[in-house]
Amino acid sequence: MRGLGKVVVTGACGRLGKRVVRALHRVRPVVGVDRRPFPDRPKDVVHAQVDLRRKKLKDVFRAGDVEAVVHLGVMHDPRASAADHHSWNVEGFGKLLEYVAHYRVPKLVVLSSANVYGPQPQNAQFLTEDAPLLGGARFSDIRDLVEVDMLAQSFFWKHPETESVILRPVHIVGHVRNAASNFLRLPTIPTLMGYDPMVQVIHERDVVGAIEAALAPGLRGIFNVAGPEPLPLSRLIKLTGSRTLAIPYSLGKPILRRLWALRLASFPAPELDHIRYVCMVDDARARRDLGFEPRHDVESAVLALTAER
Amino acid sequence: MPPGGYSHAVASANSLARLTGRVSPWLRQVAGLADRALVASMTDMLGEDFDARIARVPMTLGPSGVDPFGQDPEWTKHALACVALLHRKYFRTDVFGAANVPKGRVLLIANHSGQVPIDAAIIAAAMFMDAEPPRFVRAMVEKWAQALPFVSLLFSRVGQVVGVPDNARRLLERDEALLVFPEGSRGISKPYEDRYRLTDFGLGFMRLAIETNTPIVPVALIGAEEQYVSIANLASVARLLRAPAFPLIPQLLLPGGQLPLPTKYRLYFGEPMTFDGDADDDDAVIEEKVWLVKATIQSMVNRGLKARKHIFW
Repeated sequence: MRGLGKVVVTGACGRLGKRVVRALHRVRPVVGVDRRPFPDRPKDVVHAQVDLRRKKLKDVFRAGDVEAVVHLGVMHDPRASAADHHSWNVEGFGKLLEYVAHYRVPKLVVLSSANVYGPQPQNAQFLTEDAPLLGGARFSDIRDLVEVDMLAQSFFWKHPETESVILRPVHIVGHVRNAASNFLRLPTIPTLMGYDPMVQVIHERDVVGAIEAALAPGLRGIFNVAGPEPLPLSRLIKLTGSRTLAIPYSLGKPILRRLWALRLASFPAPELDHIRYVCMVDDARARRDLGFEPRHDVESAVLALTAER
Repeated sequence: MPPGGYSHAVASANSLARLTGRVSPWLRQVAGLADRALVASMTDMLGEDFDARIARVPMTLGPSGVDPFGQDPEWTKHALACVALLHRKYFRTDVFGAANVPKGRVLLIANHSGQVPIDAAIIAAAMFMDAEPPRFVRAMVEKWAQALPFVSLLFSRVGQVVGVPDNARRLLERDEALLVFPEGSRGISKPYEDRYRLTDFGLGFMRLAIETNTPIVPVALIGAEEQYVSIANLASVARLLRAPAFPLIPQLLLPGGQLPLPTKYRLYFGEPMTFDGDADDDDAVIEEKVWLVKATIQSMVNRGLKARKHIFW
């Protein structure tokens, strides 16, 4: 029966990957793929410690009964070079797509991000899936993430025999380590004076839920995934209980650039746009076609986040 | 991130914050007093409790007390109380036909004038103070305003949204009242000799109205053209400064001339007009319908001008 066959999860050792693996292995066989080891994996999970770019990845598919691939193995380390990013994210993903096509895997779920739209002054309040992917326009370091999304889109059109789903969730918060969660974990959270954009966050468990929903047979397409109702950034920060420090943008940008260069800050300066402009999505399609409904409110997402501080 | 390095970087800024913290309770007290005075004067002008009237405005708030577009009723309340003084005391607006505005989704199409967009604020105040039920009006803001600190925040909290078609569509589908000036910046920066002559209308609002099946209420505002007398609009300087317009306003050089002249405003809401057809029709077809709206507003302006006895009273 489809929907219960073997699923390959890339990036299985990330914080989100582990959660996805733990959710999926209860109902179907799971193979984790990651170049890191996975010591605390559930007993029935097979782990393939391979780099996506290596030929060894083929062995995972060679057995022939892979029914679905969930791609979470995106690297976003702002300190890594553009070449590393491209090699890992674009080339690695390209290899993966090759095998998906060659072995005619019936289902592919790619976790992209709403950041591919990019925070910009001219953004509509809620972006639909057909909005242009301008995330790289103001912040060239995430070009490769946009490229991954576009690769998945072209695969979607070229290989109709595979049901491809691209998920573009808003800022994922919780135990995960990503720019948004790390930012909200700071003991003193810097804000930009005179800016307080509306933001959307989603609890990591809801993202796992969206991935599970996307694995249902018959579904394909691109879906924005949003969590609970949007709220002003200032209210979100207030929920974390941290102090804030308001800085004028014209001062904050050069300071952050300097701190970044000195390795005193872990956020590159262009990421300030996220606390300056709106980058929110319309998730109507996911609610309608995936039947996706976020179950965790902002408070519980922030609680999961601060637990890791 | 090395936490030591980071906290070091913010430590000095924190001590500065503590210093301002000592002054701030003081400021807060003064602000609180001013606030109470504003709200009291508002209740006085409305003849109804201010909060009770705000509660009657149809709004959908999220759990954070802000609507999805960022409008905060608290901010809006204070902004309205300020604008109400302009509306009732400074420009002493006479409002005609507020009952013409239908319930539910509506496009308010108005003439644009006065060098600074006070007209938008006055129409918003009238829709809250003189229309029944009271409404919050949304207007579309220029994209570049989003890059301005404080301004972008204020606009967002009082319900103004970025001027892209997608936002307009979404708001109308939520049955909101949307204010559009189809003349755009061409209209607001008219020199004095062109006062009350409508310039070219954009076509976008008509496509939007047809697509979302929204009635159009023509709106004419008399009095704003004389608040700042612009003797010329220097297009070449404007291009140089990348500003939408560069009006020459001699009164700005006089002491106190920075304030608009206290002309008397007259605000007319016309009968709703509905249009059908295809939103994707050729420009020529849409233009005809737009012309109808423009002619209606122009004739409302002309009648309003005939009816007024004096610019200042």
